[in-house]
Amino acid sequence: MKNPSILKVGIARGGIEIKMFLRQRESVVFTLFFPVLLLFIFGSVFKNNIAPGVSFSQYFVAGMVASGLVNTGFQQLAIMIPIERDFGALKRLRGTPMSPISYFIGKSIVVTASMLFQVAILIVAGRLFFGLHLPSTADRWIRFGWLVILGSICSTVLGIAFSSIPKTGRGASAVVSPIVIVLQFLSGVFFVFSSLPSWMQQFAALFPLKWLTQGMRSVFLPNTFAMKEPAHSWEIPKIAIILGVWTVIGTLWATRSFKWSDK
Amino acid sequence: MQSSSELAIDVRGLRKSYTTKAGTKVAVDGIDLQIKAGEIFAILGPNGAGKTTTVEILEGYRNRDAGDVSVLGQDPGKLGHDNREWRNRIGIVLQSTNDVADLTVYESVSHFAKYYANPKNPESVIESVGLTEKRDAKVLSLSGGQRRRLDVALGIIGTPDILFLDEPTTGFDPEARRVFWDLIRSLRASGTTIVLTTHYLDEAEALADRVAVITDGRIVEVATPQTLGGRHQALAVVSWVENGVTQHLESADPAVEVVKLSQRLGHVEELLVTRPSLEDIYLSMIGQTEIGDAR
Repeated sequence: MKNPSILKVGIARGGIEIKMFLRQRESVVFTLFFPVLLLFIFGSVFKNNIAPGVSFSQYFVAGMVASGLVNTGFQQLAIMIPIERDFGALKRLRGTPMSPISYFIGKSIVVTASMLFQVAILIVAGRLFFGLHLPSTADRWIRFGWLVILGSICSTVLGIAFSSIPKTGRGASAVVSPIVIVLQFLSGVFFVFSSLPSWMQQFAALFPLKWLTQGMRSVFLPNTFAMKEPAHSWEIPKIAIILGVWTVIGTLWATRSFKWSDK
Repeated sequence: MQSSSELAIDVRGLRKSYTTKAGTKVAVDGIDLQIKAGEIFAILGPNGAGKTTTVEILEGYRNRDAGDVSVLGQDPGKLGHDNREWRNRIGIVLQSTNDVADLTVYESVSHFAKYYANPKNPESVIESVGLTEKRDAKVLSLSGGQRRRLDVALGIIGTPDILFLDEPTTGFDPEARRVFWDLIRSLRASGTTIVLTTHYLDEAEALADRVAVITDGRIVEVATPQTLGGRHQALAVVSWVENGVTQHLESADPAVEVVKLSQRLGHVEELLVTRPSLEDIYLSMIGQTEIGDAR
């Protein structure tokens, strides 16, 4: 008898993870609609243009798409995995022939599905209510595609890696959420990045969110806006390299530190 | 001594200690266990005696400090991540789990079936643990005993050769416990080796072919429930009421005493012949070691 393949079990885990996610209604509403809610609040308050032809909403959608990837990947996993650990779910899984890789595949599937949904409703809501301009050229859409894929992989592996840090499921949210919120402020999600003090910009540049938001700006904002970036350009190759490096760090960290139980 | 091919589990000189802020605590202090294929083996002992640590080492959850361990011919401490073939033959029912709450009974059992090379039919497993009526109920809505039966269903879905049960019937009512015992017996009848830790001595007596008593990380004795602690050779107590006063006497041959009483008194009031229960023997065994340690 051969064991079922790791990929097949991983896909089955993805299905069951999506089912469990959809049955937790509060968390569905919070994770999927929170960015849209923020868009409505910020978009209604700040109606001015931050540059000629660039409304605040346009700038904000770019930032929210990036931070949506961080919310559903990093934040959700770094909070959910310690809770699963507390409930004994991980210990039970560890006692079955399911490979850890299948577990990670399942997590990536649920995270990717909710990211795609979140990005889609953000763009649709922005288009309908805030006059969002969609990317007009094919190469911008291609760039958008690989940024979403690379950003979500990076965010997912870092979330799995970080899940070893909170000691309990109850404390996880208190450890993880402030990190995400602070990074969002420093990385130019809520404020125009160039208006931040330069030490803040340099600090934010150590973390992937800053680069992901910059990449999303290169998708949603006119090229003239690139002059407002710290390097006076979008720095696309650098974005790819830094996200790639963080993905490698996250993968190594996750495989070494992952804890199946609290003992 | 058994040849190793007949042994499902072979443990020699097992040791494990934990380092905490308070110092080093020895949890398992040199345990030898030989569990035969196809038997129900119960591990008894007070809380903190080292039962769970021992079993978790056998299940591959914990590393050991010293000793040789073989479970189905493999060393669970050396399998690493490449353990799927071995895991396929092991079923584990942990002490308390609180997961899969948002799924239904059928969804969780049929999902776990996908992990194994040779799963049982989910419907028939659900039936065998008596959850057919709860098939489409959310796990969240199950009672404690029903949840425990689901845990067992998830433990046996992969058709294991060895099933580990940690305190399986905690929270069961007497009726549910009897049904559960029948289920375990039917698993043994199909050739499954069962390793059971329990607090309930009646459970060990009803199910186990052999029991091991562990205290302070050591095995005090391994025997059948009937012979543990010399129980079968212990004197029986004959008690009766004579002139309104309860009388006792101990005897190796109580039938003779009963005949004598009957001849002497004619009608013997409230006649009772008792042998020490497994519980009496067990309590005296763990009591002895506590006194021994105090010296």
